[in-house]
Amino acid sequence: MNLLMLIWIPLLTLLTILLLKKDKTIKIVSLIGSGIQLLYSLVLIISYYRYRAAGWTDAYLFENRITWFPSLSIHFSMGVDGISLIMIVLTALVVFSGILVSWNIQTRIKDFFALIILLSLGAYGFFISTNLFVLFFFLELAVIPKYLLIGIWGSGKKEYSAMKLALMLMGGSSLILLGLLGFYHYSGIYGGTSTWDIKELVHLSLPIEVQRVLYLLTFTGFGIFTALFPFHTWAPDGHSSAPTAASMFLAGISMKLGGYGCLRISTFLLPEAAQELSWIYIILASIAILYGAFATMMQKDLKYMNAYSSVSHCGFVVLGIAMLTRAGLMGAILQMVSHGVMTALFFAAIGMLYERTHTRMINEMGGLMKPLPFIGSAFIVVGLCSLGLPGLSGFIAEATVFVGSWERTGLLYRIATIVAAASIVVTAVYILRALGSTLWGTISHKEYAVLKDATWNEKAVIFLLMSGIVMMGFFPFLFIQLLNHDVLTIMNNVIK
Amino acid sequence: MNLSILVLILPFLTFVGLAFFGKRLSGITAGIIGSISTGIISLIAAFIAFNYWVMSDGKSTMILFNFPWLTFNEHLAINMGLLLDSLSIMMVAVVTFVSFMVHLYSIEYLKGEERYGSYFAYLSLFTFSMLGLVLSVNIFQIYVFWELVGVSSFLLIGFYYQRPSAVAAAKKAFIVTRFADLGFLVGILILSFEAKTLDIPMLIERLSSPDTLTSGNIKMHMVGGLSVISIAMFLIFIGGAGKSAMFPLHIWLPDAMEGPTPVSALIHAATMVVAGVYLVARLFPVYFVLTPEVLHIISWVGIISALLAALIACTQTDIKRVLAYSTISQIGYMMFSLGITAYSHGETLGYTASLFHLFTHAFFKALLFLAAGVIIHAVHSNEVAQMGGLRKSLPTTHIAFLLATLAISGIPPLSGFFSKEAILTATHHANPVIFWLAVIGSSLTTFYMFRLYYLIFWNKPAEHHRHHEHALFSIPLIILTLGTLLNGFIPFGQFISVGLEKVQISFELGMAAVPVGGSLLAILLATLWYAKSTSYPDKFVSLLKNFYRWTYRKFYFDELYQFVTHKIIFNLIGRPIAWFDRNIVDGTMNAMAWGSMYFSQAIKRIQSGNVQSYTMYFLGGVIILLSILLYAYGYNLIN
Repeated sequence: MNLLMLIWIPLLTLLTILLLKKDKTIKIVSLIGSGIQLLYSLVLIISYYRYRAAGWTDAYLFENRITWFPSLSIHFSMGVDGISLIMIVLTALVVFSGILVSWNIQTRIKDFFALIILLSLGAYGFFISTNLFVLFFFLELAVIPKYLLIGIWGSGKKEYSAMKLALMLMGGSSLILLGLLGFYHYSGIYGGTSTWDIKELVHLSLPIEVQRVLYLLTFTGFGIFTALFPFHTWAPDGHSSAPTAASMFLAGISMKLGGYGCLRISTFLLPEAAQELSWIYIILASIAILYGAFATMMQKDLKYMNAYSSVSHCGFVVLGIAMLTRAGLMGAILQMVSHGVMTALFFAAIGMLYERTHTRMINEMGGLMKPLPFIGSAFIVVGLCSLGLPGLSGFIAEATVFVGSWERTGLLYRIATIVAAASIVVTAVYILRALGSTLWGTISHKEYAVLKDATWNEKAVIFLLMSGIVMMGFFPFLFIQLLNHDVLTIMNNVIK
Repeated sequence: MNLSILVLILPFLTFVGLAFFGKRLSGITAGIIGSISTGIISLIAAFIAFNYWVMSDGKSTMILFNFPWLTFNEHLAINMGLLLDSLSIMMVAVVTFVSFMVHLYSIEYLKGEERYGSYFAYLSLFTFSMLGLVLSVNIFQIYVFWELVGVSSFLLIGFYYQRPSAVAAAKKAFIVTRFADLGFLVGILILSFEAKTLDIPMLIERLSSPDTLTSGNIKMHMVGGLSVISIAMFLIFIGGAGKSAMFPLHIWLPDAMEGPTPVSALIHAATMVVAGVYLVARLFPVYFVLTPEVLHIISWVGIISALLAALIACTQTDIKRVLAYSTISQIGYMMFSLGITAYSHGETLGYTASLFHLFTHAFFKALLFLAAGVIIHAVHSNEVAQMGGLRKSLPTTHIAFLLATLAISGIPPLSGFFSKEAILTATHHANPVIFWLAVIGSSLTTFYMFRLYYLIFWNKPAEHHRHHEHALFSIPLIILTLGTLLNGFIPFGQFISVGLEKVQISFELGMAAVPVGGSLLAILLATLWYAKSTSYPDKFVSLLKNFYRWTYRKFYFDELYQFVTHKIIFNLIGRPIAWFDRNIVDGTMNAMAWGSMYFSQAIKRIQSGNVQSYTMYFLGGVIILLSILLYAYGYNLIN
């Protein structure tokens, strides 16, 4: 298994797109490219299962290393574990669906698909890198195209939103960069040789004063990516102005880059600081969860609604990570995957409704279930997933986070868990309100009665993403099997 | 016994099949498929029950198909499986049977409905979830299916989704029960941490064995003078109270009557709403041994719900709402019957009585709703004012309704008499205050039920025009009537009891005389007032003007909730948060952006391209640097 394939496939797709002229072929090429990537990532995950079953216990599998800049010890070193693999599959799934759902895009087709592929390239590189410098490089690669995607193909206050999103994420990146430089610098001082390599940094024990600074820098930086309160405000504007595929990518994957970083870098590499300082992020996360839910309740625009609900749901990711218990970490990862698929489907469904009704205002729609039963059903399923219905992924992830948080004893943690749990009621309120007024009731405009239901590509998107949601909801043990080894590795490092 | 997995698989497959292909089926095919599937599972359920009680001793507990579904950590894994014991088998029998009756009835009732297929898909989903709930081996598994029954109830209440009132009722039902489920969830979390298991048999063993309190296996953390386990068990009860529409979470059930009437019969009368009773019964040993104080609360919540709902039922004029309040009231009986065991010095008759009442109630309440469905189908209205004099035009329904009314009133020898009498006997031994309140409640029950009966079938001159009573309506009605007549003779105490000893349900004549006498008086009163249209009710109402208005407006609970949700949660929490987010949090970010922009605007003049000014800045810089150097190192330079 060669991880470099995960870079080559999108790169070749990208180059081919740039050479092509006809719109139709561009679409088909990017669909095929992302399809191959999806299949390859599934092959990877299956062989990963088999390696683990055969008794491989290394932290990372399929390792590979390309020397890049030896004097600064920058190497393109790669390796994956269950956590990064599941994120890679998530990325491939969301990108493939994003391309399918943008089939009818009209303006500057070549640039659009090229940017989407470029974004995905950044995400794949981020998840497979084990060298912090390269990891940062790919993180940035996944930020800049978003500015263009929103600025060019967006709607509403798109320039403002694009700028806001890019600046805030850049702000996060700068904190992360400072933190990563700190790793490099202090590894030289306390470990003999300066290194960016995660596998070497793990064995290094930095003094607690250094750890504190690095922890706060990196966790806050990555926290901005996950839209952690109070740095979440890029999310509502950014998501709502972005075109559908970009919203899907942004909420489905980009926010997960942050969660992954909080887990892999801040928590895994800085265990003592995590033990000491995670309470800060527990407070922020529980605020984000409940506060985000209440803010969602008041939104009138479907995209704003889903953006705020993402703030609330991603709070569970941070909460699970910061609780530093086995179930908490597991729940956080499950929540990243669950929210990634769910929110992608949510934005896709909103896009489909918007294309037909030309509005995203909840109170302007009404009775759409009758003309649009297929899209409507998808909307209901994803809504129920969001409010944590058993049998769908959101329930599994959130329940695991709850159990994990409750394991951490102490009044603060108990209160934080109860505050987070209270969000399930508020979530039910806003989801049912949105479903009730858009889908049910009488048809609000006469022209809605003749709307056409989902086309082939939309049906495919709904089917693909929904199968992900249902799969985790019904067979959580498959996911837990995949992740167990790696969660234990992280846990052992945190509580050593 | 491995066959029993079929009772889950069949309805699930039916659900999936009808959900995907229901629309393509023509006519009543979907209904027939659903009915056949439910018919098969009720046969299987009967077979299981027969095997369990007749072919073996009816005391064993079997756990089947236990597989790890969700592993949290080394000491907490959630197993999914089937728990077969007397309680769950009784529930499976009731659920499959009533579900089958309702399926048959719905074939005709929903005919011509546009979303016929979806209706039966939802019914199958409900049957699957409810059976999963009662067969759960694990509290977490109960919670999983608990939410699933909630959502199928939601979908069915909102089945007529083009009616805004139906959508509102569905939302209300879901959100109110969700609120209660929050308690359930936190209770589960506490138990998972304190008892290190959520497995029901293991939990009961750990928490209710006689040496629990002494051995120190379970550390009893105390919070504010209460043990943490008590808090957890109370929170779990809140979940049950929400689902079972107990005071003060009862407000969703009357509105849930917006759903199709057969649904009200199945979900909101016979099965789902008693899930709360089932939950308390399931964990009964823990409540009984470890947390009797929670049982005290349960008994008071039960009796208050029973009385309050009975009072409200006396004033309502919508047939389904009267029946809904009557359901709340009857579930209240089941609840306090479980609760009063805490007062009865180790006697557990209340437990058996409660489940007996659950059993008989499922039959006669489903019967009442299905009969109400026939009536509504005939007169096209829910309002009793539109009815009256239907005794000749709907003869089968009339007899069925009358018998069910007698049963719920506790008139011997109908089934309701036996179960209610068992409850009252248990209560009499335990707590006289609750006993007398329960007797008053029982007379009120008789009164409002006969009021309803007379308003529907008498009150006006008999209509001779014969409404059509379809065979698919009559057959379920007749079968359920037979159940209502005969169920009381089942020696229920032999089948279901706490622990392994059988319970003898015995009646004392003197004891039975009080509630039966009360009921007979109530029948007499209702006959005088309502058999013919009289002015007595109006006179009585004007006598108790204010009290009547309060009762009629359901003690203003809906208004109270409306106030809390809209005025407080929306206006005082939601709106300020949304404003705060846009203006303060985001405002700060914007202010920072504007700030840096103004700053760069201000300093961009420095970058003028003017060589003279650059020289000036350069010279200025050199001078400043020199002076710093001189200040810092000047001493060295001079020396």
